[in-house]
Amino acid sequence: MAVSSSGRAGQLPEVRDEAADEEEEAGRKRKAHGMLKLYYGLPANGEEKDPLDPTDVDGAHFNPELFLHKLRKECPLPQLMDCEADMVKQIRALDSDMQTLVYENYNKFISATDTIRKMKNDFKKMEDEMDCLATNMAVITEFSARISNTLQDQHEQITKLSGVHTLLRKLQFLFELPARLNKCIELEAYGQAVRYYGKARSILHQYQHMPSFQGIQNDCQKIMASLSQRLREKFRDGGSSAQALAECVELLLQLDEPAEELCDEFLSHAHSRLEEELAALQKDLELPATSITGPSPPSDILDFIDRGCNGFVSSLCLVIASYQDLFINNPSQETPRSYGIAHMAQEKLVTFVNNLTSHYFSMVERRLQLERGLGDNSLLVRALDRFHRRLQALAKLLPTSDVATAGTEIVVRAAEERVRQYLQALRCFFLDCLTDVRQALAAPRLAGKDSPNLAELLASVSASILNQIKSVLTYVHLFTAKDITFSNKPYFKGEFCSQGVREGLIVGFIKSICQTARQFCETAGDRGGSTPPALLLLLSRLCLDYETATISYILTLTDEQFLVQDRSPVTAVTSLCSEAREAAQKLLNHYVKVQGLIVSQMLRKSVETRDWINTIEPRNVRAVMKRVVEDTTSIDVQVGLLYEEGVRKAHSSDSSKRAFSVYSSSRMQTRYAPSYTPSAPMDTNLLSNIQKLFSERIDIFSPVEFNKVSVLTGIIKISLKTFLECVRLRTFGRHGLQQIQVDCHYLQLYLWRFVSDENLVHFLLDEIVGSAAHRCLDPMPMEQSVIEVICERG
Amino acid sequence: MSGSSRTDSPKGRDHLLVALQLKLSEIQDPIRSASREDLQEVKLAEARALTPQTAETDAIRFLVGTQSLKYDNQIHIIDFDDENNIINKNVLLHHVGEIWQISASPADKGILATCYNQTSDSKVMTCAAVWRMPKELESGSHESPDDSSSNPQTLELLCHLDNTAHGNMACVVWEPVGDGKKLISLADNNVLLWDLQESSTQAVLSSTAALEGKGQLKFTSGRWSPHHNCTQIATANDIAIRGWDIRSMSQIYCIENAHGQLVRDLDFNPNKQYYLASCGDDCKVKFWDTRNVNEPVKSLEEHSHWVWSVRYNHSHDQLVLTGSSDSRVILSNMVSISSEPFGHLVDDDELSDQEDHHQEEKTKEPLQDSIIATYEEHEDSVYAAEWSSADPWLFASLSYDGRLVINRVPRALKYHILL
Repeated sequence: MAVSSSGRAGQLPEVRDEAADEEEEAGRKRKAHGMLKLYYGLPANGEEKDPLDPTDVDGAHFNPELFLHKLRKECPLPQLMDCEADMVKQIRALDSDMQTLVYENYNKFISATDTIRKMKNDFKKMEDEMDCLATNMAVITEFSARISNTLQDQHEQITKLSGVHTLLRKLQFLFELPARLNKCIELEAYGQAVRYYGKARSILHQYQHMPSFQGIQNDCQKIMASLSQRLREKFRDGGSSAQALAECVELLLQLDEPAEELCDEFLSHAHSRLEEELAALQKDLELPATSITGPSPPSDILDFIDRGCNGFVSSLCLVIASYQDLFINNPSQETPRSYGIAHMAQEKLVTFVNNLTSHYFSMVERRLQLERGLGDNSLLVRALDRFHRRLQALAKLLPTSDVATAGTEIVVRAAEERVRQYLQALRCFFLDCLTDVRQALAAPRLAGKDSPNLAELLASVSASILNQIKSVLTYVHLFTAKDITFSNKPYFKGEFCSQGVREGLIVGFIKSICQTARQFCETAGDRGGSTPPALLLLLSRLCLDYETATISYILTLTDEQFLVQDRSPVTAVTSLCSEAREAAQKLLNHYVKVQGLIVSQMLRKSVETRDWINTIEPRNVRAVMKRVVEDTTSIDVQVGLLYEEGVRKAHSSDSSKRAFSVYSSSRMQTRYAPSYTPSAPMDTNLLSNIQKLFSERIDIFSPVEFNKVSVLTGIIKISLKTFLECVRLRTFGRHGLQQIQVDCHYLQLYLWRFVSDENLVHFLLDEIVGSAAHRCLDPMPMEQSVIEVICERG
Repeated sequence: MSGSSRTDSPKGRDHLLVALQLKLSEIQDPIRSASREDLQEVKLAEARALTPQTAETDAIRFLVGTQSLKYDNQIHIIDFDDENNIINKNVLLHHVGEIWQISASPADKGILATCYNQTSDSKVMTCAAVWRMPKELESGSHESPDDSSSNPQTLELLCHLDNTAHGNMACVVWEPVGDGKKLISLADNNVLLWDLQESSTQAVLSSTAALEGKGQLKFTSGRWSPHHNCTQIATANDIAIRGWDIRSMSQIYCIENAHGQLVRDLDFNPNKQYYLASCGDDCKVKFWDTRNVNEPVKSLEEHSHWVWSVRYNHSHDQLVLTGSSDSRVILSNMVSISSEPFGHLVDDDELSDQEDHHQEEKTKEPLQDSIIATYEEHEDSVYAAEWSSADPWLFASLSYDGRLVINRVPRALKYHILL
């Protein structure tokens, strides 16, 4: 370094710069070095030396002049001495080190030279050997080329020969093919035969222009035709097993037989077998139709369905399964063609199944229609369940067919039909009940006993109807039992419960009860009709009971049993109740009308047929009046059996004693003597008008309330009003009037107790006597006391 | 109102005027007259017989016959002055007996026929006679009522309808159109056809027919059909209605069980030739097509007691008037079986106001059969209700206590029918 710096002394300024750069760099290195030192914990070189310090002996910028100058200036003599000694020591040490190094390097250099010389010799030898090898290789190559030249011809011949050999083997196979095939057929190894033929077919087809090959092909085709013929025969043969059939079909398919034809054949074959089963069922079905004597089918429905399921449905399932294996799910062929076949085959199968099942379904439906026994329902439900279950299996096999829906529809229809039948049965039962009641009402009269106890009759009718409803509900409930497969179909969960059972059956029945009851009012004929009044009364009470309790009970029962999930609107209890009440009201009104008519007919005849002018002085109450009172009493008893007493207006205890003189004295007097003189009329008319002002208008044929008093009041009103109107149409003599007086007093004595408001009776009787007096040629009323005596005498 | 002037004048036996006054004063009550302007009432003695004066087509006039066993019976000629709401009354004496039925000649205003009871010592016989009323009363008298009441005039007997051989007369009906020379009377079970000759002074029995059957058959009522050239009548006996051809006097149809009980009255639809209304003790009013006697066309059951009278309105046959012994009169609108089921087809000329027309069209839907009104002014059985022959919107009803009530069809309905 010192050399270079001195060498470049002439260009100092530049060098300075360079030197400064270098110094910088060196400074950096030193610094890094220092840091390393620091890191390794080496003691720093005393105090931090200035790297540019020219006084540092080891520094790069050492300047001896400066160093000496510095030493001289700064150090005392001993130190200079020490320094000098130290310096000398160091120089010496350095000299010796240098000598050692030079020596060692020299030695190494000499040994290296020796080695190189040795190597030179060895390489020469090796080169010679390599040359020798190259010549040898050339010789070998030459030999080899010569040999292959000589062998080439023969090799070609061998290759040709081996080609010929294989060809010949193939040809042999072809020539032998007919024989082989025959043999295979003889051995019934049809599969083998088909495989052989499959191998040869294309070749034969390719070389069919050559006569010999054509011959072979013809032979083969003949054989194969016969084979396929045999296969088909086997296929057609009913006895063969499904496995064998499958094999047949597979082989036939491999023989390129048209799949469609095969499908058809297979299906038609299956069809004939299934038809047999259906025919058997049909026979079973037609037996009852032909034999008129036996109204019930020979086998029960469960048996029929069982046979249908086990026979027809299971065979059908088998057929479907094997068919699908053969034609549709055939895994060996995954070509587009097979896909097409599968599609076609599927369609064929669906139509096939639909045809057969529709036939079957129609039979099942016919059989179901025969099922009319209204007793236990469980057999039918079980049969339907089984039917449905089997069809589910069938549907699973063949999801595209409509078997499942059709089957469910049949079940639904059967259930609906069943509900209808039950409704019909309930109606019949109700009518039967009514007939029984009629008989019960008529019978004792013939026997001359007491009239039947209406309350008991009502209770028994009501109870038996309720029982019948309950049992029908139980029967119907089987349709929705948990273990029945179709019970969780939406129809059976919803519509069947709400529309079928609740609306169709129960509500329908209640409505029909009301309607039947109402019909008694309409068809019974206006002349009283053939309906016994007691029946009307009983029905009215029945309807009323329905209104108050039974309807809501029945509907609650139904709703509980059939947890209706359907939200479709249903008939409200209240509307049914009001219908029942309406019917009850109508019946009771009709009852009042009929009974009133019976009584009023008696009165009417008695008034119309008598010569009231030339009658004798009254000595007795006329028999008809006694009859009227008797009849009214018996009606009272009859109504009392079914209806409560009802309220009456308070009346005095001695009503019966009420003097007739009330009108016979004051009012009658004026009425008897209405004068056309100007003084009197004012009073007469005022009196009668005022009296009428205070008496309320009486509606004769008016609706009655549901109690005894109201009913009796109605009947008596009708009777007395008839009496009044009849009296007004007649002309009376003196005794005629007196007879009317007596009769009215008698009625007065006995009728007041039946009615709600005795004033009503009084008023009407007053009117009757008043009208009679008015229609009297010689109005001379009888003494009240005499009247009383006559009435008391009976 | 002139009714008040009448209050002072009750004299003689005219006690009816009191009632009239009584009722009239009631009507004069401002509130009531305001609300019930359609109403007029007259009070009479006991009465069953009522007829419009059929031949009179200008004035509203009714004839009422009284029933009294003890006093001279009267025929009251009731004039109703529509404009002033005044009732005028003239009284004619009918000496022979109590009047059960009355009918006015359709041709001569002055002639009328009555069925009346003749009582001898121990026998009552219902007879019939044709009468002429005094000339001055024929077309109503507006002279002072004092005169008429003080000096009641008497009917002039034209002829008796001799029924000694035939039994009690139930009713007399005039030939509905024609010269008023033909009468039918029903006597027990006989139909008697009379010819009036020599200006009605002689009644000749021209033909008879008898109803044969078991039991005592009695006609209760009969009507003469205005159709078929007046050759048919209908009669009621018990529960049956029979039609007769009066040319041959033979039965042409028979509705065996027309009503559940006695048939009380009949009427022919004036505009529909086969239609017939009947009423009876089963409280029903039934409408029949005589070509089908098995089933009534329609049946009403509105009354609560026997229905004694049924009448078609002469011009608007959907209006049917019934009177019953439940003291009610019911006016029904039987549109569905009327000859004009959807209202009149009238020109719009009558409608002065376009707006009216507009409103009318809105409400002009086919009407349902309905009850128009129930009149409850009577307090006793109503045995007769009749339409006026002059005013098709006016009718009278008579109850047994002698109250005659004149009512009008409600105005709203009237306009509805007319427009």
